[in-house]
Amino acid sequence: MNYLMRRLATFPLVLIGVSIVVFVAIRMVPGDSITAMLGTEAGLLTPQQRDALAAYFGIDQPWFIQYWHWLLGLLQGNFGISSTYGKPVLGVILERFPLTLELALLSMIIALVVGMPAGVFAATHNEKLSDLGVRMIAMIGQSTPNFVLALLIIYTLSAGFGVLPAMGEFSPLWQDPLRNLGQLLLPAVTLGFAFAASVTRISRSAMLDVLSDDYVRTARSKGASARSVIWRHALPNALIPVVTLSGIEFGYLLGGAVIVEQIYALPGLGRMVLDAILQRDYALVQGSVLFIALNFMVVNLLVDLTYVALDPRIRLREH
Amino acid sequence: MRIFRGVFAHTSGRIGGAIVALYLLLAFLGMLGLTPHNPLMQYRIDRLHAPDGAYWMGTDLFGRDVASRLMTGIGQSFTVAFFSVAFAALAGTVLGLAAAWFGRRWDGILMRIMDVLLAFPAILLALLIIAVAGPGTWTSIVAIAIVYTPIFTRVVRGPALSLKAREFVDAARTFGSSPTYILTRHLLLNLVAPLTVQVTLALAWALLTEAGLSFLGLGTQPPAASLGLMLSDSRNLMETAPWLMIFPGVTIMISILGFNLLGDALRDILDPRMRRSIA
Repeated sequence: MNYLMRRLATFPLVLIGVSIVVFVAIRMVPGDSITAMLGTEAGLLTPQQRDALAAYFGIDQPWFIQYWHWLLGLLQGNFGISSTYGKPVLGVILERFPLTLELALLSMIIALVVGMPAGVFAATHNEKLSDLGVRMIAMIGQSTPNFVLALLIIYTLSAGFGVLPAMGEFSPLWQDPLRNLGQLLLPAVTLGFAFAASVTRISRSAMLDVLSDDYVRTARSKGASARSVIWRHALPNALIPVVTLSGIEFGYLLGGAVIVEQIYALPGLGRMVLDAILQRDYALVQGSVLFIALNFMVVNLLVDLTYVALDPRIRLREH
Repeated sequence: MRIFRGVFAHTSGRIGGAIVALYLLLAFLGMLGLTPHNPLMQYRIDRLHAPDGAYWMGTDLFGRDVASRLMTGIGQSFTVAFFSVAFAALAGTVLGLAAAWFGRRWDGILMRIMDVLLAFPAILLALLIIAVAGPGTWTSIVAIAIVYTPIFTRVVRGPALSLKAREFVDAARTFGSSPTYILTRHLLLNLVAPLTVQVTLALAWALLTEAGLSFLGLGTQPPAASLGLMLSDSRNLMETAPWLMIFPGVTIMISILGFNLLGDALRDILDPRMRRSIA
């Protein structure tokens, strides 16, 4: 069986595994779900009332029956009800997802626009002072945690220019695009910085590999200009690892940039998961973790498919 | 010894090695209590004192010495990083070797379990584990170890599979060597190079994850000092006492930089094929 078929065949298996991990993990949380739902009022329940509630929510059943019911619910789009918001979990997730998606896209655009030219520049100036400078900045970028950078940006803005990042109520893109971009620009720069550093490093190393290949030498010997050799011959082949890296990083960002969303007070998926954990809203934790893992898996699968499309040698390789 | 000589001969290795050595020294001094001040002592009269000769990095809202807390914080963060990576490396090596050695069904089952764990973004899986076990230092260690175990399993399993098919392993089998002997002497010894590189890079990620979890209040709990926690505490005092944010922030950044530089140098030294492409 070739790589692509194996990858597609294992997808549902891994998805079921992920759902079991999420389901079991939530049931391992100390305390019962009735107390989690009712809080201190749970103490007022008589044993009969508690049994009746357990039967109503189906938590008196063995775990595999509960899992089966939960799975059937998921297939019908029923992720449960969030105790914090009093609304269906899927609705709460889908309200926050556009922001996370937009932030991930903006960060990726920043990373590619900055990182790829920087990587190509460093590769074409290999071992020169300018290459060393780019490599140093990239290494520092990769080593700077996004929460450190976020605080440094906020501090520099407030101490140096007397301004603070646009916070307050979030404006969706379709309501007020300018305010929306104003609110997302700094978080996207924060996330895009380390992302750009990774893109720079990977594009530089991919370009160095490609520039020493025979076909590039042939193009040079045929009299192709330096610009044509770099942009037409070398770059398209150096793109493969960049696409892979960008896809994986994008998948991570779709899971919500928990800390950056927290610092910039953005109502995205990551901050929602964190709040759900802190407020013990288990239905929301369960639903959102599954949703994020599913996103992550789909993006990784798409990255693999793109990778196969870009490099047909992988299609037939046995693994 | 060859590795040490290689690290000294490599520019990134020298810088990274020096940074890591300096941090280890500071952490060790902090653990021995050899700090400028007691890191938990509240000098109330000197609250939010700017850096000077008495308090090299100033004091915090409670009048605690930031330099002393940084020294113990480095120790705390490094302890979490070292233990979690040690557990992940141990578990990943055992699982990777088992998957490669037993092959077929066991390989399939173990690697699908690893695929499941890899399907979660790292910080999310750590958050999920902390939601189950509650915040704290040991929970952070276990959470980070579980997050990074699949990576070590993959790093070990791939090369172990190809080593298992090599002639010298067949020869050892023919001469009647036990599976334990083959696994430890022939497979494991040949995996030291990729494992060393992976451990160094994983230490950088573990430091980052620990700092992130503590920043969110889910890692090390107060009053103990940790770099992420100190940074989180600085958020509301950024304008009045910027040193509370700058020193822990730069300390976290340089520690990760040190391990990244060392990891790059080791990869360069131990895998010469990568030498040309290291950025």
